[in-house]
Amino acid sequence: MATPLTLKELSKKEGLLTSGHRMCAGCGAPIIVKMVLMASDYPIVAANATGCLEVSTCISDYTAWKIPWIHNAFENAAATISGVETMYRSLKKQGKIDKEIKFIAFGGDGGTYDIGFQSLSGAMERGHDMLYVCYDNGAYMNTGIQRSSATPFGADTTTCPAGSVIPGKTQQRKNLTKIMAAHDIPYAAQASPSHWMDLVKKVKKALDIKGPKFMNILSPCNRGWRSRTDDAIMLSRLGVETCYWPLYEIEDGATKVTFKPKEKKPLVDFLKPQGRFKHLFAPENENMLKQFQAAVDKEWASLLKASGTE
Amino acid sequence: MAKVVAVTGNEAVANALRQVNPDVSSAYPITPATDIMQRFTSFVSNGKVKTEMILVESEHSAMSGCIGASAAGGRVMTATSSQGLALMWEELFIASGTRLPIVMALVNRALSAPLNIHGDHSDGMGARDCGWIQLWSENAQEAYDNTIQAFRIAEHMDVRLPVMVCMDGFIISHSIERMEYLEDEAIKNFVGEFQQTNPLLDLEHPVSYGPLILPDYYMEYRKAHAEVMAQAPKVVLDIAKDFEKISGRKYGLFESYRLDDAEIGIVILNSAAGTTKDAIDLFREKGIKAGLLKPRLYRPFPYEEVGDALKHLKAVCVLDRADAFGGSYGPLFIDIASSLYPYKDKPVLINKIYGLGGRDYLPGHAELVLNELAEILRTGKVKTFKEYIGVRE
Amino acid sequence: MKLKKWKELTPGAVCTKAGSALEFKTGSWRAFRPRWIEENCIQCLFCWAYCPDMAVKVKDGKMEGFYYDYCKGCGICALECPGKKGKKAIVMEEEGK
Repeated sequence: MATPLTLKELSKKEGLLTSGHRMCAGCGAPIIVKMVLMASDYPIVAANATGCLEVSTCISDYTAWKIPWIHNAFENAAATISGVETMYRSLKKQGKIDKEIKFIAFGGDGGTYDIGFQSLSGAMERGHDMLYVCYDNGAYMNTGIQRSSATPFGADTTTCPAGSVIPGKTQQRKNLTKIMAAHDIPYAAQASPSHWMDLVKKVKKALDIKGPKFMNILSPCNRGWRSRTDDAIMLSRLGVETCYWPLYEIEDGATKVTFKPKEKKPLVDFLKPQGRFKHLFAPENENMLKQFQAAVDKEWASLLKASGTE
Repeated sequence: MAKVVAVTGNEAVANALRQVNPDVSSAYPITPATDIMQRFTSFVSNGKVKTEMILVESEHSAMSGCIGASAAGGRVMTATSSQGLALMWEELFIASGTRLPIVMALVNRALSAPLNIHGDHSDGMGARDCGWIQLWSENAQEAYDNTIQAFRIAEHMDVRLPVMVCMDGFIISHSIERMEYLEDEAIKNFVGEFQQTNPLLDLEHPVSYGPLILPDYYMEYRKAHAEVMAQAPKVVLDIAKDFEKISGRKYGLFESYRLDDAEIGIVILNSAAGTTKDAIDLFREKGIKAGLLKPRLYRPFPYEEVGDALKHLKAVCVLDRADAFGGSYGPLFIDIASSLYPYKDKPVLINKIYGLGGRDYLPGHAELVLNELAEILRTGKVKTFKEYIGVRE
Repeated sequence: MKLKKWKELTPGAVCTKAGSALEFKTGSWRAFRPRWIEENCIQCLFCWAYCPDMAVKVKDGKMEGFYYDYCKGCGICALECPGKKGKKAIVMEEEGK
């Protein structure tokens, strides 16, 4: 029985991620996990790559997970859940299990875009019936804010610090969502915790599809972003409204923008509240701001075109 | 009715795996182990097994998939060699630390660099401290028998550890030998139904695998693991007794060949032991009391039993098919030396490195070693404690 | 809490008690605490949806307050609260005042 999509009804469901986890105050990741799990009307078994979420939700005897959950290593959440899902299929075929169970792998951008890329690509290609959720906070946050391929252009991280010679990250972000869609998987999407209904709908849709699915969700990190403990939702909303983090889905190869901001805000609205972009506002870095805005505009235009909603 | 056949080591192991019929296998090809999985997947494609295959994109993912599947709650196996084992190195520790009863066929192959696809023990030796149980096999029959027993050992409730079964790459994996298959039904009954412990797929009792453990507990977990390893030899022997009932073949922690009254002896692993036994027989005919010890259970190493078996000899040469770089002795030598350490009266020990990268080990080499040991017996003098044999100087 | 001896541990460090993190009270992390002003609350439940720590008490679809044992005082709930007629239903106050 599907739960109606109102916060009131969703609040009556049992929370599957408990309080008592040790994520930082104001972290985006547990908000995302909570929303993903509450969206599901199926029982879930999850795998988790090493990172903030994993390390803070399961320490010693304390686990915040009320679903079966496995952490293996950093780069193999997708390979690990492939194993779990395959055992499920094997036991189901043998008549030893009759329940319908869905499989979700959680990984940060580190364990997904970079070190976890290979095993993610392999799992998607093999067609396992699984959903991979990347909580993208744009750096290897757990080890102290190091640069990943998901780090935004110009951002200051501890391995690409904004210095007098090099002004932060010099590459644009890797477009992982599109790379995943290029695997011809039935569903790939981007979501944001600020737009909870869009996120929940996408998770529901994904879980109803049989096959490999991928969701990339913007996860503000006030430590790494040098922002405030209370602005995770505000920043993820600005990410969407500036089109830095467009909300779209690619279903069977067809792109659909799922949220078009009434008024596309300038990128600097998203950048200004974050200390990691502070140096971009120095006059000598004006060009970088322009480059960054241009890249965002280009991607947004291409999505609108693909979506047929120009 | 046992079936006598002429097959390669790989084919024998593939059939052992077919007869065990695991629930899931997650594997990646690498020479010379590839053939095991090629044969096995043809069983899969033709409905001869119920195994669901995961044809992963790397060995690291192969072991990751095995870990996920085993934690989910079922029987899991894989096969690899050399670089593949090296690539899954971190996962080996995770599999054993998580106490998952995965079985892996390790077709021993040299580690790069230089790149070499032939048989030596550097891969298995490199992984000897990863917390897995290691069984080493002299020939196709032993590889077959060990693979079957490995599942019972791994899944035993006093153990619950992953097991790797080693056999020499190319020398055994690809050579055709006479061996006997046991019947499908006998193997099926021998391994029995898989018993789950804390399976992920049990929704009524959700568990979390892989917590972060801090300095206040890590050492206790390691101690627990060490204690469980210490239980393994007894289990290995119990399972061997059960196996003897269905096969008529006896297995122990190691094989003693003409060792009881020996004065000189060789300690050697895997296929080269077979070659050496012929040389032992030759020397015995000449009236020289030679013997051989061939470890089978290499990890956990049965120090007490091996020490006890060797202590009465006067001179022993340990032959290593892998070197432990840094001027130290070979890995097997280090374990043998440790097993003899407690005794005041113990044999003179020398170490020779042989057969690296598939370099042939011939009867002539064994005779060379035995002659040197006989010389040590006669004169009490050691020429050199460690050297490479069969190498062009 | 007394530390367990090696014999008392679960094999493979598997956590068999789901949700045991609830035994770890993160409320002590707070420097600020949220205060609920019921008359300004429109029961939108955004605070509940956006709380990273599941520290908003909702019973039968109605917001009732906070689980102060766990609330880390991040302030997301207060910032996101739409309130009534410009007046917030959640304000952050210094802890210990």
